[in-house]
Amino acid sequence: MKKPIYLDYSATTPVDPRVAEKMCRYLTLDGGFGNPASRSHPFGWQAEEAVEEARAHVAALLGADPKEIVWTSGATESDNLAIKGVANFYGKKGKHIVTCKTEHKAVLDTCRQLERDGFEVTYLDPEPNGLVDLEKLKAVIRPGTILVSIMHVNNEIGVIQDIAAIGKITRERGVLFHVDAAQSTGKVPIDVNAMNVDLMSVSGHKTYGPKGIGALYVRRKPRVRLEAQIHGGGHERGMRSGTLATHQCVGMGEAYRLAKEEMASEIERIRGLRNRLLTALKDLPEVYVNGDLEHRVAHNLNMSFNFVEGESLIMALKDIAVSSGSACTSASLEPSYVLRALGRNDELAHSSIRFTIGRFTTQEEIDYAAGLVKDKVAKLRELSPLWEMHQEGVDLSKVQWAAH
Amino acid sequence: MAYSDKVLDHYENPRNVGSFDKSDSKVGTGMVGAPACGDVMKLQIKVNEQGIIEDAKFKTYGCGSAIASSSLLTEWVKGKSIDEAGKIKNTQIAEELALPPVKIHCSVLAEDAIKAAISDYQTKTGKGSKADAA
Repeated sequence: MKKPIYLDYSATTPVDPRVAEKMCRYLTLDGGFGNPASRSHPFGWQAEEAVEEARAHVAALLGADPKEIVWTSGATESDNLAIKGVANFYGKKGKHIVTCKTEHKAVLDTCRQLERDGFEVTYLDPEPNGLVDLEKLKAVIRPGTILVSIMHVNNEIGVIQDIAAIGKITRERGVLFHVDAAQSTGKVPIDVNAMNVDLMSVSGHKTYGPKGIGALYVRRKPRVRLEAQIHGGGHERGMRSGTLATHQCVGMGEAYRLAKEEMASEIERIRGLRNRLLTALKDLPEVYVNGDLEHRVAHNLNMSFNFVEGESLIMALKDIAVSSGSACTSASLEPSYVLRALGRNDELAHSSIRFTIGRFTTQEEIDYAAGLVKDKVAKLRELSPLWEMHQEGVDLSKVQWAAH
Repeated sequence: MAYSDKVLDHYENPRNVGSFDKSDSKVGTGMVGAPACGDVMKLQIKVNEQGIIEDAKFKTYGCGSAIASSSLLTEWVKGKSIDEAGKIKNTQIAEELALPPVKIHCSVLAEDAIKAAISDYQTKTGKGSKADAA
């Protein structure tokens, strides 16, 4: 067993060797290195064919038509293109956008920017289990609402929103619906038509493809219009200019093809491992699972170990690669905004660890991780004045702390 | 985040972990920080009749740097008079542990903790620090 053990598959996944092998065929002189936009010679034709085949694989995983897929640099760009693109195009029709407080920063910060540009954004509070209450969503949609943006699977706690139910509401109310699905491709079935999704952001590197490539699904019937955010040669039907990275597109396409093929069996294996880890840890005193366990992807376990501070726990767990929240916020000292939005108190928000399991995780690794966590939590609690006070029966919420 | 070897050493082998009886008249207890901020330090000193810190113990909820700062401090204050211990500055701790800028607050908290422990001891004994040292 090689250490450290990688249990941070929601931050990124390694490229599947089968994907890497295929990508290598589109880089060098003896491969398909051409510019897919070159129409005057076979180098371009060959690259274009590879890109279009990849586009079809991406479309197939989403239940979409290949013509509805726009290549981007990743899910962050897709989120920006979807939200700003809709706001810029439909801004005359209305200036109100609805999203949720537990969305990824790529959505939240894009919405903040639009607020500075004169749009109004409603940030819904999730329920304590992490899910959006559909009645609350219905209540905030109003005549000027142009877009609802709700993620499929949360990156920190792994809860799955009821996208089909939300899509039914937005379709009935004539509001566009964008879904950040970076964390759900290959993890839960997706069907943009059955779910009434109008725009969907996806990423290569969360599903065993390369980093630096993503896509935006843009519905054609009824047609969704976007204002481009990157201008240039008019690639991707004018929605996203820039020479396509053939090897990246090919990599993402192959990764999505494998995901579609292997998803069903892979999820069940991973669920078994996740439940094994959960079973090993859930009987420790004062541990809490963050987010709904039932409406949740198979590979995610997010737990708070009360009275132990998250950063010190991660430091103690140096033989396993985990995170205290999303990779995007792991450099900050703030507790997880997602857990805060669920109403978790400060101690629990500061004490959370996200374990995310993937294609290459073994049972041996899970057993090792479980043993290590148990050990280190016990050790750090011995060091914790809060644990001592808890043992003495002190109610920590009643203590007057001197905030610093 | 990369930690210095000294932080790692204190974190992995913390010195003087534990608690004294708070009600003991020879014991001064300082508890500083807040769970909301992600750091709580409890530092206790046991002072003899000559005003010398005979023993010190700590418990810390916080990051590796906070644990290391308090562990180091317990080593430093042992054998010192409470006057000398009260003069330890956070900058000395930060320097010794090579704390990066985002972790300076851990050393500040440690300085606050020893000051709070000394103050608690003095309140208990009803003596000012000068009288103690004399």
